[in-house]
Amino acid sequence: MALDDRKSEFSFVGTRPNRPDGLDKVTGRAKFGADISAPGMLHGAILRSPHAHARIVKIDTSKAEAHKDVKAVVTRADFADVPFKPGLEGEFWNVLENVMAGEKALYDGHAVAAIAATSALAARDALKLIEVEYEVLPHVTDVDKAMASDAPVIREGAADYSVPAGMHPNVVRYHESGHGDVEAGFAEADLVIEDSFVTEATHQGYIEPHACLGMLGNDGKGELWCTTQGHWIAQKTCAALLGIETSQLRVTASEIGGGFGGKTTVFIEPVALALSRKANRPVKLVMTRSEVFRATGPTSSASMDIKIGMKKDGTISAAQGVFRLQGGAFPGAPGDMTAMCAFAPYNLTNVKQIGYDVMANRPKQAAYRAPGAPMGAFAVESVIDELCKKLDLDPVDVRLKNAAHEGTKASYGPRYERIGLVETLEAAKAHPHYSAPLKPGQGRGISCGFWFNHGGETSVSLSLSEDGSAQLMVGTPDIGGSRASMALMAAEVLGIPYENIRVTIADTATLGYNDVSHGSRVTYASGLATIKAANHAVEKLCERAAASWGIPTDAVKWENGCAVPSGPNAGDFDPRPLADITTHMGSTGGPISGHFEATPEGAGVSFGTHIVDAEVDPETGKTAITRYTVIQDAGKAIHPTYVEGQYQGGAAQGIGWALNEEYIYGEDGRLQNSIFLDYRIPVASDLPMIDTVIVEVPNPGHPFGVRGVGETGIVPPLAAIANAVSHAAGVRMRQLPMSPPRILAALKDNG
Amino acid sequence: MVEVHLWSGLRSLTGGRQVVKVEAKTTGDLLRELVKLHPQLQAPIDAGVSIAIDGRVIASGLTEPIPAGSEIYLMQRLRGG
Repeated sequence: MALDDRKSEFSFVGTRPNRPDGLDKVTGRAKFGADISAPGMLHGAILRSPHAHARIVKIDTSKAEAHKDVKAVVTRADFADVPFKPGLEGEFWNVLENVMAGEKALYDGHAVAAIAATSALAARDALKLIEVEYEVLPHVTDVDKAMASDAPVIREGAADYSVPAGMHPNVVRYHESGHGDVEAGFAEADLVIEDSFVTEATHQGYIEPHACLGMLGNDGKGELWCTTQGHWIAQKTCAALLGIETSQLRVTASEIGGGFGGKTTVFIEPVALALSRKANRPVKLVMTRSEVFRATGPTSSASMDIKIGMKKDGTISAAQGVFRLQGGAFPGAPGDMTAMCAFAPYNLTNVKQIGYDVMANRPKQAAYRAPGAPMGAFAVESVIDELCKKLDLDPVDVRLKNAAHEGTKASYGPRYERIGLVETLEAAKAHPHYSAPLKPGQGRGISCGFWFNHGGETSVSLSLSEDGSAQLMVGTPDIGGSRASMALMAAEVLGIPYENIRVTIADTATLGYNDVSHGSRVTYASGLATIKAANHAVEKLCERAAASWGIPTDAVKWENGCAVPSGPNAGDFDPRPLADITTHMGSTGGPISGHFEATPEGAGVSFGTHIVDAEVDPETGKTAITRYTVIQDAGKAIHPTYVEGQYQGGAAQGIGWALNEEYIYGEDGRLQNSIFLDYRIPVASDLPMIDTVIVEVPNPGHPFGVRGVGETGIVPPLAAIANAVSHAAGVRMRQLPMSPPRILAALKDNG
Repeated sequence: MVEVHLWSGLRSLTGGRQVVKVEAKTTGDLLRELVKLHPQLQAPIDAGVSIAIDGRVIASGLTEPIPAGSEIYLMQRLRGG
């Protein structure tokens, strides 16, 4: 894709105007997933399996159906479970199986039936009238146990081509990559450290539970309102699961109260539509927090073995990692992503990485910011830290010595284009935090992190109004401030004030297809599309000005919001501001709009370096994070306040993941901590001021140089915090979360 | 003619080769030619691949031009959150 509109001097981009959704959110006017009603609306409730693994022998819904308040009951039989164009295969089938259990309940909380009734209370009460006969089966929830030869088989035949012969059927994907000769590299090393690490599953922890309102008639036409990171994928998936045509289902994305990757698929939406089709009335479904924990995607849990060799001068001579990720009872754990990202920050001659995708009796994992990368970084960066300690080397210097740069052959294959890792490390070294003295009992940790970022299918439409203001329609739900950054980019091109541009998240009926807001793609891809759509409108504005002046279009250029003659031979005309042209547009050729649809393929990879200070109380094992600095390459920060917010958010979520958050399963395979009182995410009093440094090494694949910033910020925290805690406690921490009992146990083991 | 570097996990599908030479002007051509030479590569391609051209990762596009002599890497399709 030609980037002939590359720009490095900006008027609007890089400023910090007020967020356009601020007033709506602080006054309660913003409409989230559960904030909608419809005439005649019913309320849905879902019956969930109390067993981690069980054959569903029989479901008797007759008593529930006979209840006066119950208007519909659905089970798996009410979904499109037959071959359907484009076919319920692959991931569609997996999503259907997750949305409503088929022959087996595969995890504690798996949906087995649903009810629509005249009130939410009636629906919940009526669930007790559904009789399910289960044959309880052996279960497994731990990744290493799920790979063992005696583990119960979750589903035969789920493995794909990649899995080597002889592995347990629960191993469903295998990845291996790297280059060089690791054995030769280890032989060259002055010190080789081999160690193993474990992380537990954590939830994305968005504050807004899943909620939707579905309406579907027997004519196959429907409407869906839902909280989602991608309403086109919701449209496509719901249509497939219900056996209707995609275009007949109109999906509107509500305001979203957090997603972090967890709202990139559907859970309750197809159920609400199935209930609606049966009851012939709108059905609203809202998950409880416990349902969110039990039945929506947490991240994977992981078990990892790392071996790294280093020379006395800090050169890494070889690196090897084996990453086993458990992703619930379905294929999809990102063992391949973990493997590809783990060593990506380094310029390595010899590297080998292996990733496993393993099924267990847990909910289907969903993406969570840079899925797979944080756990790999935790393991790798812990070993690098230990090597630095044993060889008495400065951890930033060692990382600088080995840092990947433009032209480096990445651990996952190709050579890097222009990247900004070295700049983040140099900024870390120069930051006052890195040289600040530590108090007794405190430790300092650093870590680098990498994420790919993504482009994806994107459509944007921009229309100008007579008064010179602009409406911009994008299709990527605003999960991180994209309405502000889109308006800034459009303002930059059009030359009109930020405040004169209104950005709307369009529904599926009013704009072309858009991929999900994921992969840190929105500011990159929707931003690129916004710039192109605004340029398209500018071309038309120039045409109108040229026509009014009687000169060729190519003799007009756009400058500071005005059409002006270009060059000495174009003639002498006064500049025509945008509003001067649009006020006459109806009579000079009609409405002026700009459009852009494409799959931008130039998302630049990004790197970050974090510095953390931690203090461990040896009596209680409690850790306090006393200082935190995030340094990350944004390419170009469109709205720096939002970029800083993304950095701080990554650090905050990382602190939770590193110190307290974990899925705790009992021997019975049931989740024991499915509410926020028992699953402890950080609150404000747990967090220090999180300082940020925005490094800007422009992405050559974006007109303004943007790299995504949403995900990279979650990659370094687990490792940086573990390194800080390990130094503070005087013992290497190899398991997350580093909760007080684990720290006390480690201190005790260490004498 | 360009050299396509595969990830090492694919060697079992290409008779041990990790570098395959193909004639291709676009990313779509490249995948078709790879399957012609090594039919077993259809499975990983169907599962989702990305193609890096001189370091620029093409996530899914089949119409991207491939300049002669460029360095090509086949990668597993990227996913994000």
